[in-house]
Amino acid sequence: MKPFPLVRILDRGAVVLLALLAAVAVAVPILNLAVPEDSAAHVSTYVVTLLGKYICYALLALSIDLIWGYAGILSLGHGAFFALGGYAMGMYLMRQIGTRGVYAHPMLPDFMVFLNWKELPLYWYGFDSFAYAAVMILLAPGLLAFVFGWFAFRSRVTGVYLSIITQAMTFALMLAFFRNDFGFGGNNGLTDFKDILGFNVQAEATRNALFVSSCIALALGFLLCRCIVTSKAGKVLVAVRDAESRTRFLGYRVEYYKLFVFVLSACMAGVAGALYVPQVGIINPGEFAPANSIEAVIWVAVGGRGTLYGAVIGGVLVNLSKTWLTGAAPEIWLYFLGALFVLVTLLLPKGIVGALSSMKPRPHGSPKRGPFLARLFPRRVL
Amino acid sequence: MNAAAARPPAIGAPGEARQPILYLDGVSVSFDGFKALDELSFYVDPGELRAIIGPNGAGKTTMMDVITGKTRPDTGKVFFKGSVDLTKLDEAEIANLGIGRKFQKPTVFESHTVFENLELALKCDRTVRASLLFRLCGEHRDKIDGVLETTALTHLCDAPAGSLSHGQKQWLEIGMLLIQDPDLLLVDEPAAGMTDAETAQTAALLREISKTHSLVVVEHDMEFVRALESKVTVLHEGSVLAEGSLEAVQQDERVIEVYLGR
Repeated sequence: MKPFPLVRILDRGAVVLLALLAAVAVAVPILNLAVPEDSAAHVSTYVVTLLGKYICYALLALSIDLIWGYAGILSLGHGAFFALGGYAMGMYLMRQIGTRGVYAHPMLPDFMVFLNWKELPLYWYGFDSFAYAAVMILLAPGLLAFVFGWFAFRSRVTGVYLSIITQAMTFALMLAFFRNDFGFGGNNGLTDFKDILGFNVQAEATRNALFVSSCIALALGFLLCRCIVTSKAGKVLVAVRDAESRTRFLGYRVEYYKLFVFVLSACMAGVAGALYVPQVGIINPGEFAPANSIEAVIWVAVGGRGTLYGAVIGGVLVNLSKTWLTGAAPEIWLYFLGALFVLVTLLLPKGIVGALSSMKPRPHGSPKRGPFLARLFPRRVL
Repeated sequence: MNAAAARPPAIGAPGEARQPILYLDGVSVSFDGFKALDELSFYVDPGELRAIIGPNGAGKTTMMDVITGKTRPDTGKVFFKGSVDLTKLDEAEIANLGIGRKFQKPTVFESHTVFENLELALKCDRTVRASLLFRLCGEHRDKIDGVLETTALTHLCDAPAGSLSHGQKQWLEIGMLLIQDPDLLLVDEPAAGMTDAETAQTAALLREISKTHSLVVVEHDMEFVRALESKVTVLHEGSVLAEGSLEAVQQDERVIEVYLGR
């Protein structure tokens, strides 16, 4: 009866998603690099980068689904972790510029020379090494999430109050990063990147490599999430989501479970941000804007929370339509986003994935759902 | 305050010094000036089945909350197995010491199956790491199957707990208590909302459980309490009004007054 663990982790949805992701990761670079530009099948480098961006957003959405869909933690500040990972990557990229900057200073990034700084601030040390930056990409968001979660979950801040303080957290970080003397480029953020690991960030091959890396990161993140949600710990998380105090009375330390997924989720968001920055070529405090975090939550809601692959689908689809709509009719994008969230909440409470799976006949062996009216009135109103 | 509560805690029958499994000593709790518990003292012997009755607002559920760590008392102490002071611990620590609780309103994990509910309640290491690495083995499965049988839920093993009837949820929650294998079970109004047949079955089940566990049952259905055939403690306005067999308690003038409002 108990399936082999690998079977447990790789259910049908997971296999389909991973297969699709692998297909895209192989096909897109081939269509970009090997197919001649005048062919109809050619994928432009612009599109490769755009798709890479969507994949990063999908990873962010996945990280939100892990905590919201499974543990019931609605973070409206996850953009902060995404941005912190992005800044860590941005700092590495800034240090790679070296003397090629406008002011040709061997140590200091342009904005510091411009601000008349004489020395590299202590917290910028080490970012010339990619390994150090990679650690910081995980550590900076992870540490913030740990400290934040430690206080919030121990004091049993839940529900809307938690959402509000996550929102306040990202807003406070945005204000801090906007300040020039904070040492992260202020308003302009970090940009004008040249190299990543010795390769030109603008080069086609690098763009494709970043795209493939994003796909790999998303696949690994997805597998990690699947491992967690299919384990007993995943069941505990759902128990916390559905009846937190009951879980506590069973002897589970709810705050540690929450802290664990919250930190993990923040690290995943950080990786997403770190892969995003070299592809878009800039990171600025606007990434901390509360609206960004809310938008990311909408992706998850639209895709279908509590399914993992729903978040990935939502992250890609909503951004695809955003790209299309902001090009076709830029003035209505925000109305569309608002309407989308309202309509999905009203009509598709389980998102696209939930709507699709309720149309299919139930697989053999799963519990029957009963007649339609009985489902509408489960408490024997009829 | 009264004879039963004034008895010192650590004396049993002559020659065998038995620690009470639960001993409440002068516990007071007030909410915004309202005294929910007022110098409440009583004790439960190991292996005992005890019914706690009392009118609405007598402090029954608050007493449960204090024992399980949900509410901190203003004054007083609660001792478990003679030496552990429960008022210093939180819910998870108390649960892990071996005190299980069933709520008044049945609270099961609705989106999990009956089997998964029992798996979550199964007595084992509750840390995050242990849960991540947990593998269900044959021994666990046997235990779960046993409890499914005891609670007559075997045929619903793979059904989501949210789809159970009210009575079945109550039984599932009792099953979850059993599989936790606590030393002391606190059961809050197990017969609420049950049919007469279900009530009788529940009483039989609790009597069966009490053969191997200490059990405190809060209830205000007298028929149910009678079916438990246990010692009864009557709470009123947050303290013990009377204690003894159901017959003796029902003869008590003060109890009659409280219940019938003479």
